[in-house]
Amino acid sequence: MSRIPLPYNPKVMDLFRNPKNLGKMEDATIVAVAGNPACGDMITFYLKVDEQTQIIEKAQFESYGCAANIATSSIVTEMINGLTLQATWSNITWQKVTEEIGGLPSVKFHCGVLAVGALKRAIRKYFNDRSCAPVWMPKENTFEEKQALEEEELANTLSTRLKPEEEKSL
Amino acid sequence: MVENVKGLLKLHEEITHHVYLDNENSGIVPQEVVDTMLPYFNKVAYGNPTLTHKPGWEAFEVMMNSFQKISRYMGAKLLEEITFTPGESEANNLAIMGSCFAQKEKGKKIIISAIEPINVLHVVEMMKNFGFTVTKIPVDQEGFLNMEKLKEAIDNETILVSVATVNNELGTIQNIKEVVQIVKDKNPQILFHTDATDAYGRVPFNVQDLNVDLATVSSYKIQGPRGISALYLHESVSLDRIIEGPIGTQKLWPGIENTPLVVGFTKASELAFENFEMNIAKMRSLRDKLVDGVFSELSDLRFNGPRGEKRSPDNANISFLRVEGEALTIELSLKGVYLSSGSACSRRLLQPSHVLVAIGRRFEEAHGSVLMKTTRYLTEEDIAYVLEVLPNAVNRIRRIVGSTGVE
Repeated sequence: MSRIPLPYNPKVMDLFRNPKNLGKMEDATIVAVAGNPACGDMITFYLKVDEQTQIIEKAQFESYGCAANIATSSIVTEMINGLTLQATWSNITWQKVTEEIGGLPSVKFHCGVLAVGALKRAIRKYFNDRSCAPVWMPKENTFEEKQALEEEELANTLSTRLKPEEEKSL
Repeated sequence: MVENVKGLLKLHEEITHHVYLDNENSGIVPQEVVDTMLPYFNKVAYGNPTLTHKPGWEAFEVMMNSFQKISRYMGAKLLEEITFTPGESEANNLAIMGSCFAQKEKGKKIIISAIEPINVLHVVEMMKNFGFTVTKIPVDQEGFLNMEKLKEAIDNETILVSVATVNNELGTIQNIKEVVQIVKDKNPQILFHTDATDAYGRVPFNVQDLNVDLATVSSYKIQGPRGISALYLHESVSLDRIIEGPIGTQKLWPGIENTPLVVGFTKASELAFENFEMNIAKMRSLRDKLVDGVFSELSDLRFNGPRGEKRSPDNANISFLRVEGEALTIELSLKGVYLSSGSACSRRLLQPSHVLVAIGRRFEEAHGSVLMKTTRYLTEEDIAYVLEVLPNAVNRIRRIVGSTGVE
């Protein structure tokens, strides 16, 4: 395996050490998961949404992953607190998240992508569950949602192959 | 980026107890070794050993003494059978490329185990560009080579077999004598190389007893300085050089000999072999305390590699389920405990160690693996400190994970 130096910035380290809004939310309006343990990268978001105003009253997360994964998930919960679902959808991109956290090593960009993928999946699920499709939400998956799907598919192929005693040539 | 590193280091300022367990990836060179090296930078033998003046002859004497000692510790017959190279990567590259190029008229097939270190894996992969083929022999769940598959794989095209004596990640001690026997019974012309970097100084190892043609050992793996390794090459075998330059005391590796590093490697070897039994007893006792302690404090663990006498005495490899390795190494670093994870982030996917995958670990088991190696320089207090902070670190990471990914 090759290793890449990962000099995380103080903001990432702070959120890794003291994550905000951590833990399962028992009365969540919506729960969405993205990623897969086989990829070493998985996030669950719990959103409490006011049904009248569609404002996110509270967001919490759990995360299996590296320091960047934990920190980006944590900062997303802070960024979306008090926003409407529409404002969240249109304002929160992986670039914004990466910027808000003060930058990430390039090999860790996918952590921000996965966090936003999980978030958009949660919002889509909210409307799907209520059988409505707001005009501002594209039918097509966004970049982040596609990336999350791709990662999950990759994980499935990875975990089904590679058994011991199987001869493999390079 | 450099600013970030300063910030990271600042987070470690309050730490009073430091325990370094990442000896797989280089580490502390003890003062007694450093002190032995220092005069060779500027007091004695600072010349080029091939030149005709006092500092040169002094350096020549140093080289000859070191060839002599390292050949003895490896069990070689002649001092000429030893070549110093910089890293073990260079030694393994020389062994594999050099023997492939020298044997290319005889055949094109290389056989290795599925769990060879990266500096063997990558070089054999590169040899495919030169028309060579590679067959990887699988291992069982503890990392032992499948001897039947090996027998089947050896054919008339085979020119080289390379299997490490001790696997660097799992500590698995292969029965190299038997492996060599199988290879040589099929065809005595086939060259046999073993990466012995994790055997040297920790398990009994003797090139003549094992009947290997080539063997790699490395200084930093026995707490010598990094940047110096040695390749044993049986006197009857000839290799092609893989780099060109001015030839000095060693015909296989050009360039000016790095006498201070050679001295450091030799001193570290002396220290490792002088009290061999006592040294490995200490490593083993500390390693066992570490492993037993972790298993008594925590659940949802996997012990990777064999237990008992077929495992090298310094190696502990444990997978912490529902823990991602990088997060754990950072968390522990902030407490002064330094170790490394079996997975490394490259591109989007966390790449699990090919060794853990080869023994059948699932990816999520590999991602939570950490590799720790004890040395005779560690103390009981060090291990007690690790056992004090490690369970808390694992539990904190598991709290962040919560129910995510639990099936």
